[in-house]
Amino acid sequence: MTEVLRIDGLRFAWPRSAWALAVPALALDAGERVFLHGPSGTGKSTLLNLIAGTLLPQAGTVRVAGEDVAKRSGPARDRLRADHLGIVFQQFNLLPFLSMVDNVTLPCRFSARRRERALQRFGSLDAAARHYLAALGLGDAAQAKRRVIELSVGQQQRVAAARALIGGPSLVLCDEPTSALDTRNRDQFIELLFAECAAAGTALLFVSHDLSLAPRFPRQQALGELAQAEATRADDASTGAAA
Amino acid sequence: MSGLIGLAWASLKNRRATVLLTVMTLGLSVLLLLGIERVRHEARDAFLRSVAGTDLIVGARAHPVQLLLYSVFRLGEPTANLQWDTYEKLKALPPVAWTVPISLGDSHRGYRVVGTTGEYFERMGFGDQRGLAFRDGRAFEALHDAVIGADVADTLGYAPGAEIVLAHGTARVATQQHDDQPFTVVGVLARTGTAIDQGVFVSLEAIEAIHLNWRGGMPIGRARVDVASIPPERLQPKSITAVFVGLESRTATFQVQRVVNEYRAEPLTAILPGVALTQLWALMGGVERALLAAAGAAVLAALMVLLTTILATLNERRREMALLRAVGAGPRHVFGLLLAEAALLTGAGLALGVVLLEGALWLLGPWLEARFGVFLSPGLPTVREAVVLGFIWAGGILLGLVPAAVAYLRSLQDGVAVDR
Repeated sequence: MTEVLRIDGLRFAWPRSAWALAVPALALDAGERVFLHGPSGTGKSTLLNLIAGTLLPQAGTVRVAGEDVAKRSGPARDRLRADHLGIVFQQFNLLPFLSMVDNVTLPCRFSARRRERALQRFGSLDAAARHYLAALGLGDAAQAKRRVIELSVGQQQRVAAARALIGGPSLVLCDEPTSALDTRNRDQFIELLFAECAAAGTALLFVSHDLSLAPRFPRQQALGELAQAEATRADDASTGAAA
Repeated sequence: MSGLIGLAWASLKNRRATVLLTVMTLGLSVLLLLGIERVRHEARDAFLRSVAGTDLIVGARAHPVQLLLYSVFRLGEPTANLQWDTYEKLKALPPVAWTVPISLGDSHRGYRVVGTTGEYFERMGFGDQRGLAFRDGRAFEALHDAVIGADVADTLGYAPGAEIVLAHGTARVATQQHDDQPFTVVGVLARTGTAIDQGVFVSLEAIEAIHLNWRGGMPIGRARVDVASIPPERLQPKSITAVFVGLESRTATFQVQRVVNEYRAEPLTAILPGVALTQLWALMGGVERALLAAAGAAVLAALMVLLTTILATLNERRREMALLRAVGAGPRHVFGLLLAEAALLTGAGLALGVVLLEGALWLLGPWLEARFGVFLSPGLPTVREAVVLGFIWAGGILLGLVPAAVAYLRSLQDGVAVDR
């Protein structure tokens, strides 16, 4: 199995900040589904930015699809992210000024690889978007014309999932994608996400504070354990040095 | 990059209320700038048209601009007259093809009376047109016949057959009326868009006739002049105000001008109308530049509004930018997106300005032509205007660099997630 994500000895601290994020090791194989438990304040957004290549670690390596993120140039990191990552956030996932279909095909504007793959499989980007929307229960043609801000939160999250999946990226990263959803919508969302990731052979890294979701995943890890967040406050450090 | 323009367009459409206001601000300022520029240009053309065909204007010694203003545009007062004898000598100069003398000083209800010869209607004109057309009636023949310009006819409601009384002097409220010798309107000139439209034309002899028994602006005694019994020699003009001169050949222009300017019997000035107009523009240049500067400042202010509009949206659009980065956009794409937005906004403002201008000209053109004699017809921007528009567009894009740079730096900092 090829690894779609591998993190080794990662360390990152914000300048003048209280804590540092440390991830000794995290790896995902193609098609693997991992639940990453991360209560708020454990640096989920930071980890997301590090994997996406929009932040660079101060120590250690992040490899996406076998490529060392830090060794590539800025535009090349953007391309790596465009080609291999689909990201679903907790909320505000969609561009309000684009239609549902245009939101879904958005990654294909920036990744030639995903555009080619979507075209190969479905013939047109429109058809690709409609396939994923239909698979996620948004197949209604009338709905595709609706403005995305008129959609319910649950529907919006499913559009975001369709966007993350289009063109078959290697890894879908989800940051609390279900925390704005009620239980029924949440379960439905996860079922659909699993099914589509399996169909496309896409790995899934699901970051959430909601432990009740963990049993659904074959593998769970806790960001708290991984990330030995060092609570060395700057003022603590200075008093320590004085003592 | 074409994908970015599509995104920028969709984003702008989504914010159409503020976007429309911004575009309208810019459009109105562009309308102002182009409008002033075009009126200025057309006014010059109109003025040039009203002196076309006349090679020299001769009057008593005066500043060329002053002579031009009172002889052609009937503005201001003549300084002095020139003797009939002088006029005869001028007329006899070999290079002179034709002369049209005018005598000013009287008025009718605010409109200047021009004493002249019948040749006036054949020689004067505007633009390429030589000779004046009659809308109604004919030129003056009898002593108390009058021809009136189109404005006079329209404003005062005169038609051939109307009886009018001339007033002594040019003040709006004339105290001395030549009411002992009323005139009959016999002709109305077609509209020319020049000062001719505001003239009341009578013969030079008529000017003499109404001033018989007048001295120093006052009638002498109460004796009414018996018009029928005036001997013809008493109607021979003794002096005139100015002469329009046409030459056989333009090459003689400076020669005749020198002869006139060096005339010994009385101080005279001969002007080339085009040259005097240039001097007039030089005098008015300051005003024109001030107007253009004000319009330019309005455009600049509108561009600032545009900049503010884009900058103000940046905060609320941080998530939008982060989202774009999450789907694979680089900071350079974010930069390009905002630059494209500035380019589209400015472009739309310029297009609106041009459309407003053409619309205004289409609506107001006929009225401007009738009222001020300025021929403004709708038409594509001139090369000069296109260059100005190009500079404004470049300015808008240049200002767009500011929000583009801010968003670039911010998207570098925010990455794919903003919620820090």
